[in-house]
Amino acid sequence: MKNIKWSKTTRKNFLTYGLVILAYVVMQILGGAGLVSSSLKGMLVPICAYVVMAVSLNLTVGVMGELSLGHAGFMSVGAFCGTSTAIILQDSISSAPLRLAISLVVAAIFAAIAGFLIGIPVLRLRGDYLAIVTLAFGEIIKSVFNNLYLGVDSRGLHISLLSDRTNLGEGGKLIIGGPMGIGGIQKISTFTAGFVLIIITLVVVFNLVNSRAGRAIMAIRDNRIAAESVGVNVTKYKMMAFVISASLAGAAGALFAMNYSTFVANKFDFNTSILVLVFVVLGGQGNMLGSIIAAAALTILPEALREYADYRMLVYAIILILVMLATNNPKLKSWMDRLKSSHKKVKEVA
Amino acid sequence: METVLKIDDINVYYGSIHAIKGISFDVKKGEIVTLIGANGAGKSTTLNTIAGLLNSHTGSIQFMGENLGKQAAHKIVSKGLALVPEGRRIFLQMTVQENLEMGAYTRKGDISADLEKVYGYFPRLKERYKQVAGTLSGGEQQMLAMGRALMSRPQVIMLDEPSMGLAPILVEEIFNIIRNLHEHGTTILLVEQNAQAALSVADRGYVMETGKIVLSGTGEELLDSPEIKKAYLGG
Repeated sequence: MKNIKWSKTTRKNFLTYGLVILAYVVMQILGGAGLVSSSLKGMLVPICAYVVMAVSLNLTVGVMGELSLGHAGFMSVGAFCGTSTAIILQDSISSAPLRLAISLVVAAIFAAIAGFLIGIPVLRLRGDYLAIVTLAFGEIIKSVFNNLYLGVDSRGLHISLLSDRTNLGEGGKLIIGGPMGIGGIQKISTFTAGFVLIIITLVVVFNLVNSRAGRAIMAIRDNRIAAESVGVNVTKYKMMAFVISASLAGAAGALFAMNYSTFVANKFDFNTSILVLVFVVLGGQGNMLGSIIAAAALTILPEALREYADYRMLVYAIILILVMLATNNPKLKSWMDRLKSSHKKVKEVA
Repeated sequence: METVLKIDDINVYYGSIHAIKGISFDVKKGEIVTLIGANGAGKSTTLNTIAGLLNSHTGSIQFMGENLGKQAAHKIVSKGLALVPEGRRIFLQMTVQENLEMGAYTRKGDISADLEKVYGYFPRLKERYKQVAGTLSGGEQQMLAMGRALMSRPQVIMLDEPSMGLAPILVEEIFNIIRNLHEHGTTILLVEQNAQAALSVADRGYVMETGKIVLSGTGEELLDSPEIKKAYLGG
């Protein structure tokens, strides 16, 4: 009987892959036929980035069971490191997709390092400390990048804090300009790159969750003391989940940033962290497909409501509340269950 | 008989509270040793210290001739010392079988023989092997917690209040299982408030009071001792 249970998870995973691929193909066909509005076209890459953010945060919140309020901080680290890498490599690597790929990898590595450093003290603690510290981390990262100057010239990289003392030589270029953020970015992020990143994210997350390590992580979420008593190294597995989550967020940040010609550190603030958390909660904790749908729908929704101008955020909030109520409604749930069971019966008869 | 577990002069503090005051005792191979005492006597604290969840400031904990001293909790299981924590801490969202598989987490290789063995001790678990553990009754959850600990093939299994919160008939069933394990040669360190039941299965017992061992002897001696009768057995 155990096989049936596994195949259920596997089926759900393949359904998720299938729907993502289907969405990509449909968008490509519609785009080719010129049926996609320009506002939606502009949102495709941000949607991909938010989907990756939501899935990666779901690893921390849903699978590991820890509340992180600073996911945008990792996005920020990824955005700045990745975009800087892309700008530095602009002359040496002419192929845009290759440059984008390298930048995303660098972004993921730096975000992973940030996650590791935060995790060392915090993951050893019990209770809500991770939420508090990640919240602070998001704000600190914002301040750091708001005051960071990074320039490049023939002598190499120059970094300074608080004021621009990079003293760039002839032909030098200021990459990060403190509160001005990064400007003059070549927009090399594409929908296809975003799609590939989503697929990579899903492969990483699904494989982790279904592995020996994933079982250990979920055991810790279920009961920390019991997990320790069967010999699970709690700190190690929490760190594993947290670092993977952070690095995926970093890659998402770099993808997001290189869709714009300019961005500032304030873009990745507390509100962004909460927004991603809303995707996760709305889509269901531990439910990756739910996160993907919630991220896509809630990124499109505010734009779709643009015609209501002043009432936009009000309607957005009301829709959020209605969705929450609807998904928790017992009548609706039992109706869905009936639908599922009758569907099964039909299958059995057939 | 060979001594497998030797606790020598341990002192444990919760902040400024001195919970364990210089306790020493030993467990020999194949024995059931019980620690009894009232609430707050330090029984669970002692077990948690041996399991590495807490640390002693002084003394030593020797297991199979090796000092467990400051070893992390998750490493102690693989050395052959399994703890069944107080309050049936099972993985509520996993199935019975998955819980047992988690018990064998530190081991490599095939576990089907061990699963069969555990199901042999606990036939009720076999009936419910694909049921989600959170839906089990209290007694079944306790059995699952014990079965899970056995999956790591421990040299010594430490049970922390296995009878807590169970109906008398289930308490009896749990103690029958403990007897059965003992007959199969398992070494057991048992912490209990139910002195009567614990002493009737135990080879030896230690009585704890406010962080100290105040009395020790064989199970029968303690059952007959007037102090124990007065303090724990009501008469």
